[in-house]
Amino acid sequence: MTFRKKTLEPDTFLSSHAESIIMDARNELESPARRLLGKQVLTLGGIAMLSGCNLSNDKSVNTMLRRMPSFNDNVQALLFNPNEMAPTYPESMITRPFPFNAFYDADDLPAVDAATYRLQVVGLANGKRVWTLDELRALPQESQITRHICIEGWSAIGRWGGVRFSSFLKHAGADITAGYVSLHCADNYWTSIDIPTALHAQTLLTLTYDGQVLPPKYGFPMKLRVPTKLGYKNPKHIVTITVTNRYPGGYWENQGYNWFGGS
Amino acid sequence: MAFETLRTSSNREIALSHVTIQPAWVRISHWINALAVVLMVMSGWQVYDASPIFPGLRFPSAITLGGWLGGALLWHFAIMWLLFANFLVYIGMNFATGRLRRKLLPISFAALSSDLIAALRGTLGHADLRRYNSVQKFAYQVVIVDIAFMILSGLVTWKSVQFPLLRTLMGGYDNARVVHFVAVSVLVAFFVVHVVMVALVPRSLLLMIRGR
Repeated sequence: MTFRKKTLEPDTFLSSHAESIIMDARNELESPARRLLGKQVLTLGGIAMLSGCNLSNDKSVNTMLRRMPSFNDNVQALLFNPNEMAPTYPESMITRPFPFNAFYDADDLPAVDAATYRLQVVGLANGKRVWTLDELRALPQESQITRHICIEGWSAIGRWGGVRFSSFLKHAGADITAGYVSLHCADNYWTSIDIPTALHAQTLLTLTYDGQVLPPKYGFPMKLRVPTKLGYKNPKHIVTITVTNRYPGGYWENQGYNWFGGS
Repeated sequence: MAFETLRTSSNREIALSHVTIQPAWVRISHWINALAVVLMVMSGWQVYDASPIFPGLRFPSAITLGGWLGGALLWHFAIMWLLFANFLVYIGMNFATGRLRRKLLPISFAALSSDLIAALRGTLGHADLRRYNSVQKFAYQVVIVDIAFMILSGLVTWKSVQFPLLRTLMGGYDNARVVHFVAVSVLVAFFVVHVVMVALVPRSLLLMIRGR
């Protein structure tokens, strides 16, 4: 309101300045382009969506997205505390029925013959490399009630029993200075984990579920239970364990799931 | 005499409009945050769709990013670092420069309720963009705390085993997911109101781009 009094104003520089600002602002507000901008702000989400679609196809963005996971693997390896135990739960909290989950239907479960089954250890291992189920059952058994967390977000609590994986690796003479342990399965699934996680006290080579012999739907004859990792790092129907320094990848990891997959 | 004082102070205000109201660090971090939040929310909705918390609530592919769960997680776990680093810089600078105290505080219940009533009646002015009204202060404070909750609940959802204390505070893994979803929904609600307000007061957009 005081601008009208500009003739009375001793500081002419300031008042002329003020007038230019007002004109400036008026032009900006009244020009159709500015108004359009104001309207376009409302469709910011729409613009972002469109650019999102384009971004996914952009090469440099894809390179960035591919590079980030190895950074995230390193961060997770740093965050991983070998002495931090995954929470355990009372029997009453077990999820019943525990969900069946695989990349195929329950009808396509692999048939494994217990009598002829042999677990093979290959790669950097110089101990006992071929195991029958009875030999595995003869090793000291442990059990745990832990939460299985799926990468999709859901979780379920179950009870698994079996051999501590670190003691199995010791019997197999595995080189624990190696980089990876990869696990190949009777259903052609495979995944791999880092050595510190393989040696974690809760990482079990499980032979039972809820006190019963591991049923086919939960991974007969054995499932590696890793409560410090997401579900896809907990392979079932394992037939071959490889100790290696060469990055083994995995079924889902090769399609884009994060390799470390810690939880 | 009173007239003179009024006129002088008004002139000072006009002169001040040549002074930067939003410093460069506020503008840069604001736009980085805006970009990061949009990408995080869109990829997060794609992740949500893989296993919806609320049966019946799904997000259409038109407003999600990544194409499938694995693609969305690549986005989510890449952009989270941008969001997190930018948030730390923003909070750090707010404390270091005193902006938090100067612009976002104090806020009284009485001022907030009277400003809120004025805002709902459409009589709350935005003539002076240098000062936030109480509703703005409250909204910006809520969104800062909300993003902190979003980051912490996201951290528990990502690494629930490695952060036992945070996991307990969030009420366990499953509940951390719900907290994460609610925090994001609050942020989205803020985003909608924020964009509508910018459309109503376009000068504030210029202010956030060129600083004055």
